[in-house]
Amino acid sequence: MISMPFEYSRATSLEDALAKLRASNGEGKLLAGGHSLVPLMKLRLSEPKTLIDIARIPELSGIRAKDGSIEIGAGTVHHEVATSALLRQQCPVIADAAASIGDPQVRNRGTLGGSLAHADPSADYPAVMLALDADIHLKSAKGSRVVKAHDFFQGLFTVDLAADEIIVGVQFKPVKAAAYAKLYQRASHFAIVGVAAALDMNGRTVRSARIGVTGASSHATRLTKVEEQLAGKELSTSSIEAASRLAGAALDGFNSDIHASEEYRRAMVPVFTERALAAALARAS
Amino acid sequence: MPTITTPVLPKLVGQRVKRREDPRLIQGRATYVDDVALIGMQHIAFKRSDVAHGRIRTIDTSAAKAMEGVEAVFTGAEIAEFLAPMPIGTPFPSPEHRAVAVDTVRYGGEPVAVVVASDRYIARDAADAIVVTYDTLPAVVDLEKAMTGKPTVIHPDFPNNLAVPLLPSGTGVSPDGSSVDDTAINAAFAKADVVISQRMVNQRLAPSAMEGRGVVAHFEPGKGTMTIWSSTQNPHILRTFIAALNGLGQDQVRAIAPEVGGGFGAKINIYGEEYVTSAISKRLGIPVKWIEDRSESFVATTHGRDILGYVELAATRDGTVLGLKLRLIADIGAYNMLLTAAIPTLTMMMANATYNIPAIRTTLTEVFTNKTPTDAYRGAGRPEATYFVERAMDMLARELKMDPAELRRRNFIQPKQFPFVTQMGAIYDSGDYEKALDKALKTAKWDQLKVERDAARAKGRLVGLGLAMYVEVCGIGPSSSLPTGGWEHSQVTIERDGRISATTGASPHGQGNETTFAQMLADQFGVPLEHVTILHGDTGIVKQGIGTFGSRSQAVGGTALHMAGAKVKSKMAKFAAALLEANEDDLVFENGTISVKGSPASAKSFATVAGFAYIPVPLPEGLEPGLSDEAFFEPTNNTYPFGCHISMLEIDRKTGEPTLLKLVAVDDAGNLINPLIVEGQIHGGLAQGIGQAMIEEVVYNEDGQLVTGSFMDYALPRAIDFPRFELAGTVTPTPVNPLGAKGVGEAGTLGSTPSIVAAAVDALSEFGVKHIDMMLRPEKLWRIINGGRS
Repeated sequence: MISMPFEYSRATSLEDALAKLRASNGEGKLLAGGHSLVPLMKLRLSEPKTLIDIARIPELSGIRAKDGSIEIGAGTVHHEVATSALLRQQCPVIADAAASIGDPQVRNRGTLGGSLAHADPSADYPAVMLALDADIHLKSAKGSRVVKAHDFFQGLFTVDLAADEIIVGVQFKPVKAAAYAKLYQRASHFAIVGVAAALDMNGRTVRSARIGVTGASSHATRLTKVEEQLAGKELSTSSIEAASRLAGAALDGFNSDIHASEEYRRAMVPVFTERALAAALARAS
Repeated sequence: MPTITTPVLPKLVGQRVKRREDPRLIQGRATYVDDVALIGMQHIAFKRSDVAHGRIRTIDTSAAKAMEGVEAVFTGAEIAEFLAPMPIGTPFPSPEHRAVAVDTVRYGGEPVAVVVASDRYIARDAADAIVVTYDTLPAVVDLEKAMTGKPTVIHPDFPNNLAVPLLPSGTGVSPDGSSVDDTAINAAFAKADVVISQRMVNQRLAPSAMEGRGVVAHFEPGKGTMTIWSSTQNPHILRTFIAALNGLGQDQVRAIAPEVGGGFGAKINIYGEEYVTSAISKRLGIPVKWIEDRSESFVATTHGRDILGYVELAATRDGTVLGLKLRLIADIGAYNMLLTAAIPTLTMMMANATYNIPAIRTTLTEVFTNKTPTDAYRGAGRPEATYFVERAMDMLARELKMDPAELRRRNFIQPKQFPFVTQMGAIYDSGDYEKALDKALKTAKWDQLKVERDAARAKGRLVGLGLAMYVEVCGIGPSSSLPTGGWEHSQVTIERDGRISATTGASPHGQGNETTFAQMLADQFGVPLEHVTILHGDTGIVKQGIGTFGSRSQAVGGTALHMAGAKVKSKMAKFAAALLEANEDDLVFENGTISVKGSPASAKSFATVAGFAYIPVPLPEGLEPGLSDEAFFEPTNNTYPFGCHISMLEIDRKTGEPTLLKLVAVDDAGNLINPLIVEGQIHGGLAQGIGQAMIEEVVYNEDGQLVTGSFMDYALPRAIDFPRFELAGTVTPTPVNPLGAKGVGEAGTLGSTPSIVAAAVDALSEFGVKHIDMMLRPEKLWRIINGGRS
């Protein structure tokens, strides 16, 4: 439980962090809450030469409403997301997901950006980012770019993020009619299966639905089959149940571990899809 | 006439006094082993095996030795040159166990080399730089597979991996197990209408104290003495073993248990790291420190439970239990540790539970596997017995379609039967089991709960109720039952200023004895609690002791304290009598004064009498100066606390997730010194009992690699895992000690576990399930709900 030696430097601004990252020649790692990185370093599974601490950069933190969108800085800790009055009112799904992460210690240190960059297959936020169709804002010394959540998560611990890039924040249109349902892994409180569903409703009828699942396979994935099935439908217990049955059918490479077999995870995806949809619908009215 | 204006001090025994220990603990002002820093101190790191079973082919320590800051590197063979094999504390046959493996490793995490370096980080890096190659041998993880001797025999002298092939006990078995008469047990089963038969797994657990283990050893060559600080439950036992293995006298070793952040039984054992650290300090003549990290703790600190029970329970149709057969197969892990072999014998001992069972036969087989050794874990043998018997009783009630409470009631040992000699030869001191059952039924509103359960079921919910009785053996007790001696020691000193210092050989590490023992002395001497200091955990200060385990500190240690206090009080009365010109038998100790009964004006302050005892001019005839005395208390028997726990649990029909809705615990620990601390002890025990039932399980893969090697995969219960506990109690004092106190540290782990599993079985009864092995993994329950489809 002792890491290899490393250099540590604290970035004072985003520009400073980018410069330090560039100077590290690919041997640097960004440290925010440290709740994924530090355990890996202690187990010597990750041995970065340099840690660039971005936890105290004010411009990376905070939750703001802007032109009908909400922006959350990448350095915002889970607790702040979970307890944000703005999010609770306009987009409770992300606050719910944040509140379900780990335990109070984790939520007081862990950050949104850290979770997205690490892309643990069982992390909660990625499913929500997919459901909200969030834009992920990235910045490097060369410039900025925006990646859609569904393009960002590419595989096991793999995201569209270059070695010299930092996640600055996420931006999304708030959706009231959205919810997150999760089967907890009881040790880590990660998701064995977590489903975030966001509905765009016209009365009882679905204009469009976006659903993200995490925990089931190598990375968070949209349940497009269910989304398509729901589009244009009037929502009811039975239509939700029928659509949910399709959930996960197209997924391959289900995870399997001591907490849940592949078969069990496969069976749980529809269950939690249905629960997320039902809760989202309840918020629509 | 002056009137005494001192406020009347309340009697404290029986009061909910807040723990005096807590402010320093929660403010980070306590001193743990890792806080000990000595000049010139070096740091130890262990290189540990990453294979579960293998012959060491080569160890290359050259790179480690060459590192800047590395003082020394020792392989197992080099350590063996100056450190004898590890002793055990039981009379069972045991294979040689080196603190650092010499040629063969037998579990993942077994030490193979030791680094001594100038700081912890260098030591860790140097351990990484040691290159070990192994000829890997097949590993055996499953204990019943191990019993076949295939695919491997772990210790050549123990064929089929049997540490103990078969040890019988119970009805018809002579005390040494050599003569066995089956007549009674066979007759009992022959006349049974119903026989319940079930294989049950009591799974492996990781004790997971908040503070891991740690050692600082300081051998002073000039004096030839050793001081060892260790996170241990029993510094005096540690001293005995450390002295023996270092070739020192017990007078030459001082063992200190500073603040200890939890033990749960796993810090009774004397570990290889303690022997190695002390031996290296002696060899190099410098202080050395080793601090366990959390990853090490999962493999290097003993695990708990891991025992199979084949249970058969014979009864008549009306619910009268006739006989019990309990075949136990216990997983030792790779080696016997201090008490490993004895823990399952406590399971045998408690097979009689709370019932009149005319015939009982237990057998015990102990098996080596390529896993971390097991040893005591909170409850240590008794939760296992309770679990097996209570699960069987629950199954019997279900079979007979009888209320589980009613079945118990029909079979209880009755109050007039105490002292009760069990089929296993234990003598239960006192008990009123029906009273505890009734209190629990009333507290839980059992009949109403049934209505609620049935109403929930009518709506399609899977809700179940479970009930379990328990009796445990505590106040571990007479010297005939413990190889270390079964007494406890205390010395009480009235200081010159009238304040009180008292030592105890009990070594609290969360039990709150600094508070409870001070309450007792404050009452005994009529002084404020704040004037009493309880000293413990240091053999240089506490002259003698055994330690804290087996829920013994209050029943045994508390009694020794009380006895020592009585001796000092008697002497103090003589000094007071001289000052007051009164009869020593007519004195009253209260409100910080000593006065003459019936004439309160004739009084001296407590401090005045204390001062006089140390400057006795004139010295009263027949007295020596000073006020300090000691006592050893040897109980005549163990104590047998008991209780009844009730659970209500719901299982999600779609996912199999269990949620504990309610837990009612009625515990009878005899007389209570501090109900607040007792409740805290019960809460902690319940947490661990619930943890075992629902979320805790050590898992190895087939190669013997630990899969649950961190808290990401090993679920330690947290507050959100519990409902609000509902506690109540009955009080049945023990005649075994003058306090009437029985002990309560482990009780919570006994009843909770089987009551929760019973509730889960009840919740899933519509699927025809009769028993579910722990832990209640959601997938397991989901499979039952789905008809075992795979």
